[in-house]
Amino acid sequence: MATHFASRPEAEPRPGGPGLRRRMATDMVGTGVLWLATALTVGVLLWVLGYAAVQGFRYLGPEFLTSTPPGDPSRAGGGFLNGIIGSLIVVGLATVVAVPLGVGAAVYVVEYGGRLARAVDFLTDLLIGIPAIVTGAFVYALWVTRFGFSGYAGAISLALVMLPLIVRATAEILCLVPRDLREAGLALGVTPARTIVSVVLPTAMGGITTGIMLAVARAMGETAPLLLTALGNDLFVETHPDHRMSTLSLQIFSNAITGFEAAQARAWAGALTLVILVLLCTAVARFVARRSSVTGAR
Amino acid sequence: MTYGNRNPLDSLDPTAMKEPKMPPTAPPVDQQAAARFAPARLDVVDLTASYRGLPAVADVSLTIEPHRVTALIGPSGCGKSTLLRCLNGMHLMAPHATVTGQVLLGGTDIYDPRVNPIEIRRRVGMVFQRPTPFPTMSIRDNVLAGVHLGRRRGRGTHDDLVEQALMRAGLWKEVRNRLKAPGGGLSGGQQQRLCIARALAVEPEILLMDEPCSALDPISTLVIEDLIKEIRETCTVVIVTHNMQQAARVSDTTVFLNVEYAGVPGRLIEAGPTEQIFNAPQQRATEDYTSGRFG
Ligand SMILES: Nc1ncnc2c1ncn2[C@@H]1O[C@H](COP(=O)(O)OP(=O)(O)O)[C@@H](O)[C@H]1O
Ligand SMILES: [Mg+2]
Repeated sequence: MATHFASRPEAEPRPGGPGLRRRMATDMVGTGVLWLATALTVGVLLWVLGYAAVQGFRYLGPEFLTSTPPGDPSRAGGGFLNGIIGSLIVVGLATVVAVPLGVGAAVYVVEYGGRLARAVDFLTDLLIGIPAIVTGAFVYALWVTRFGFSGYAGAISLALVMLPLIVRATAEILCLVPRDLREAGLALGVTPARTIVSVVLPTAMGGITTGIMLAVARAMGETAPLLLTALGNDLFVETHPDHRMSTLSLQIFSNAITGFEAAQARAWAGALTLVILVLLCTAVARFVARRSSVTGAR
Repeated sequence: MTYGNRNPLDSLDPTAMKEPKMPPTAPPVDQQAAARFAPARLDVVDLTASYRGLPAVADVSLTIEPHRVTALIGPSGCGKSTLLRCLNGMHLMAPHATVTGQVLLGGTDIYDPRVNPIEIRRRVGMVFQRPTPFPTMSIRDNVLAGVHLGRRRGRGTHDDLVEQALMRAGLWKEVRNRLKAPGGGLSGGQQQRLCIARALAVEPEILLMDEPCSALDPISTLVIEDLIKEIRETCTVVIVTHNMQQAARVSDTTVFLNVEYAGVPGRLIEAGPTEQIFNAPQQRATEDYTSGRFG
């Protein structure tokens, strides 16, 4: 970074002349600004994480992870077991739907091109910009009004949130796979489809996994669309997605908005659990991606 | 005849997806050898190759004899790579690329819409300027990529095939103990020989090489030149090179292409036995080029 500032093509100064001093000053100012920006970004991030950790660890424990909330929210004790299980089920279902569709669409956009592909590309950008609450309202209107609140409805809304993120991330990675590799495959007499499946996708595996995990993390934290679809269920552990379900995010919300100290303690513990869950998913996915490509090319 | 811009990955086109016609079982070894020893002749007739309607190389007619090493030489931009890529249909992989004229492989025009382009690319292999080992595959899987992914012989270990291809590419001794290691971990010269082995494993009749040594050190270059002379026993070689010493060292026939100035298509100036092109060229431009007066 420092060299970048120092090597700007200005008038060629003699070594040690006034030009050098000016460039050194510019360099110091530039480095300082960048350092400050970095420190601020990292600082805010650490603050959020640290605050959630401090507040969350006050209550997070075995009981929190193994029990449901008390019937009376003002009472202490209980936990978010139903939310944890609900999150895993709803986000799991959404991922199962969104990953093949998203990766498939990205392959189509990047590898096949054409007018339809450009349309898909454009729609993806539009979808990314749609607020999640609108997605929730959409699923509410089309699905919930007919079939009622359910884990499935929640999964559909989350899949809609994840889909454009996965398409975008996968398409970007696919563009980074050198054209030479595709041509090398084709020149061996391998069919285009087989070249994509056996050469291009494995090469892009690490990056695609990262993109999917970002989408999963985003879905884990979504609350608004779930209020309109999965609705929530603070009473008992529901494992059948055909019924209304709680998720971690919904439980954090419902407990946080009560004025009770005990409920807010549970909400903080839930928030911390959410963070840990997302980190765990990411770590596992990275590990799997590394194992699956022979060399760990990424 | 003009052939439209075929989308490179146009698998929506059913003909592009057709499996190449294969013998039902692997032919016995001696028959294989016999097949390998009989590459088809390649005739280029009035070929013009264009990008976005602008011809890059025009009106080329030329015969490439079996078991010969043919060198394509000429100043940069004269269309050597384009001409080479026309010989197995890879030219049409570039966006907005078109071809007119014919490339007859054993008498059949490879640009005839009834011909399966995948079959052609199996018969006419290609090695690129920059080594392109598949980064997620081991050395062994790289060698077998064309065989496995093309399902020519189905799945299997093919230990003999791996050894044979690596031997022919002069890489066997260096990698025999680490066939499971990633192909990307080899040196540049080794990677290029791995790519040659990968191309040879498909047993092509003709091998096209586009400046295969230009990214390599002199020692690797010599190794590759030696192996070119050897693979001539089993297949025809067409090599693009900007290095005239290399053309003189490895080739039997030399084809000189030239372009007057940027913007006009390159043309074939002279083709003939390498000795003649370098010692007694018929054309003034050839003499100027080979004697180093320009280019
Ligand atoms: N993919 C492409 N798209 C458009 N023009 C190209 C492309 N590849 C090559 N050309 C043009 O075609 C001409 C011949 O290029 P090329 O075959 O690469 O020459 P050489 O290999 O002899 O240096 C050049 O003028 C080049 O600019
Ligand atoms: Mg070239």
